[in-house]
Amino acid sequence: MDFSLNEEQLMLTDSVSRFIDNDYDFETRQKIAESGKGYSTDLWQTYAELGWTAITFAEEDGGLGGGAIELMVMMEQFGRGLVVEPFLATVILAGGVLKNAASTAQKEKWLVGIIEGQIQAALAFSEPQSRFDIADIATNARIDGAKYVLNGEKNLVLNGGNADLLIIPARTSGLQSDQNGITLFAVSADSPGIDRRCYAMVDAHHAADITFKNVTVDETAILGEVGQGIEPLQTVIDEATLSVCAEAMGIMRTMHDKTVEYSKSRVQFGVPIGTFQALQHRMVDNLMACEQTYSLLLWASMLNASGNPDLRKAISALKYQIGTAGRKVAQEAVQIHGAIGMAWELDIAHYFKRITAIELLFGNADFHLSRYLELS
Amino acid sequence: MNINFSKKELIFQKEVRTFLKEKYSGDIRKKQDSSIPLNRDEMVRWQKILYERGWAAVNWPVEYGGTGWTTIQKYIFENEIGAVNAPEFIPFGVKMVGPIIYSFGNNEQKRRFLPDILSSDVWWCQGYSEPGSGSDLASLRTKAKRQSDHYVVNGVKIWTTLAQYADWIFCLVRTNSDVARRQEGISFLLIDMKTPGVSIKPIITMDGIHEINEVHFENTKVPIENLVGEEGKGWTYGKVLLQHERTNLATVPRSKYRLNQLKKEVVQSKHDGAPLIEDLNFARKLATAEIELKALEYTELRTLAAIATGKAPGAESSILKIKGTVMQQTLDELFLEAAGYYALPYVPNQYDLDFPKSEWIGHGAETESSLQYFNNRKASIYSGSNEIQKNIVSKHVLGL
Repeated sequence: MDFSLNEEQLMLTDSVSRFIDNDYDFETRQKIAESGKGYSTDLWQTYAELGWTAITFAEEDGGLGGGAIELMVMMEQFGRGLVVEPFLATVILAGGVLKNAASTAQKEKWLVGIIEGQIQAALAFSEPQSRFDIADIATNARIDGAKYVLNGEKNLVLNGGNADLLIIPARTSGLQSDQNGITLFAVSADSPGIDRRCYAMVDAHHAADITFKNVTVDETAILGEVGQGIEPLQTVIDEATLSVCAEAMGIMRTMHDKTVEYSKSRVQFGVPIGTFQALQHRMVDNLMACEQTYSLLLWASMLNASGNPDLRKAISALKYQIGTAGRKVAQEAVQIHGAIGMAWELDIAHYFKRITAIELLFGNADFHLSRYLELS
Repeated sequence: MNINFSKKELIFQKEVRTFLKEKYSGDIRKKQDSSIPLNRDEMVRWQKILYERGWAAVNWPVEYGGTGWTTIQKYIFENEIGAVNAPEFIPFGVKMVGPIIYSFGNNEQKRRFLPDILSSDVWWCQGYSEPGSGSDLASLRTKAKRQSDHYVVNGVKIWTTLAQYADWIFCLVRTNSDVARRQEGISFLLIDMKTPGVSIKPIITMDGIHEINEVHFENTKVPIENLVGEEGKGWTYGKVLLQHERTNLATVPRSKYRLNQLKKEVVQSKHDGAPLIEDLNFARKLATAEIELKALEYTELRTLAAIATGKAPGAESSILKIKGTVMQQTLDELFLEAAGYYALPYVPNQYDLDFPKSEWIGHGAETESSLQYFNNRKASIYSGSNEIQKNIVSKHVLGL
């Protein structure tokens, strides 16, 4: 029975953690978030130099062959640091599709650029009508001779505005909500017919709503098999879900720790508010919530690492936990801080917003509770 | 046991509805219906519409411009206002400083300040909390030092709602530090925001808006005519007020309105191809909220019925505050969940008048749902945090 991190995992945790402490304090993060692009292109190069953009890819593809646990420790730290660089969008989502479905030639064309920090990418997993159902796809790809012509709308494309590469699930057959008939296309963002409406998100990340009007590609753009895109897509979304849960874990733990510290120093009625038993009990509740969540995170990550068939169910359990216990810890942190927990100037408010966004990403607690039941 | 309105009360209800049908309209109504925040002018304009009808200060004694309504009439009025989601009156003038002035001020102060509060010609803000004095308000340190015909005020007030719109501020200040109980050294002072030495520092909140402020007092000279009542009695006046101005504490009408909006919206919201209301997880949460709101509605009615028969309002009002704010926040959560991804874009200028509606992301209200959720975390914190309210109930109702 071994829950310990190995030496490489410890070194990675240490490396990311020290980066957050030394080079990504809250003030720095805010400056980056409020800058034009919303993230630091310099730091993106740093991440590539440090190998972070390579960690989850196979060595034969130019990666470092790391897996679920490496991703978990990195994302926890990214949560702690409220990192705004589009790691999720470029490396985990788009990179993940390439990892799972791209041919050698396609990896050469796109994945190398991601690993080396040269290109930005995005996966368009949502449409205006789809809510959390990734198979609800109206964007269609009709055949025109040797080409495919894409038409449709995608919304909330994370990093969609900055992306050089867009990965577009489009329907080549079947009805709108069918699992079959979905094809994954790798499309250059500067292709004619693509219109991007970019915006910031409430958590300081950026996204775009993208319309496709007769965007023409050839079959070298197809990732994997025609009409068989749902499996790699679902696999990547699951892995992305696990990743944001790890990020949320980092946020939960940080909000809890900061609340305990605050309660020791904030004096009202002549004593630190942390001496009030009513608050102590609630902070213990928060601690228990963090530990329970971490346990589920480890369980799901270990299932991921071992390729266990129960993985999808475990991820739903974890996402449900993040959406409920995570939300509760966050709300308690703001409440115990009092009015100052509401202030833009303090980091608590921004942790709150990011964990709220994560709560919704890839399906909220209700969605995943239903999925957990369906998979049971 | 009978909860039906009397014939007279029903006629009154019709009168209020007719007024609202005529006067609650146009651009203000459109904004409220679309969850678009009103600007200062619009808020004042609506308040003046009520003022012109004589309904600006329903709780005031008739001699000062109040309506003379019964408890039930006041309840009906609040109910109808909330049912159409008409804007809430900014409380600091009409509900807070006004009653303190007519209860404890002198005739000159009543003459000078009350009419402008009633007409919304003067905007007031509240100077209570300080960086070191939140829940423990009695520990406040803003000093008012008496010098011949004026006080010299030094200190900082914080979390001051809409101070940037305010003409005047009412403050609890320390006039005497040499007292057995800290409360005994606190006085109630009225300060013109334009007085030299008064400055404002905006505090941006989680949702990115400028709603609250720091107000700094640096050697601010305040005439002694601006002291309300006696020195050292400020805390008592504030406490007395808390026990009275407690209508609509549970904000039931507005929560009812929002619950109905939610039911309308989730019929449209998509989930697995079906409307969200058909998702049992969500439907159960909606039903639970509805049950809780019904309970709250009747708890409030019971409180009002007791007051109507002469019972003094008491610590039960804390229960209404606690439950009312938690209800609001529960609805905030449900709106957020219903919006899904549409809650995530941050487009704060979407509500500027010249921003074309065709460019809106989502339908407007959805992108507001996250900002509303963030902003309204304050409800369980302000006006006496829910923790303090529980202390009050514990002490004064349970005797613990």
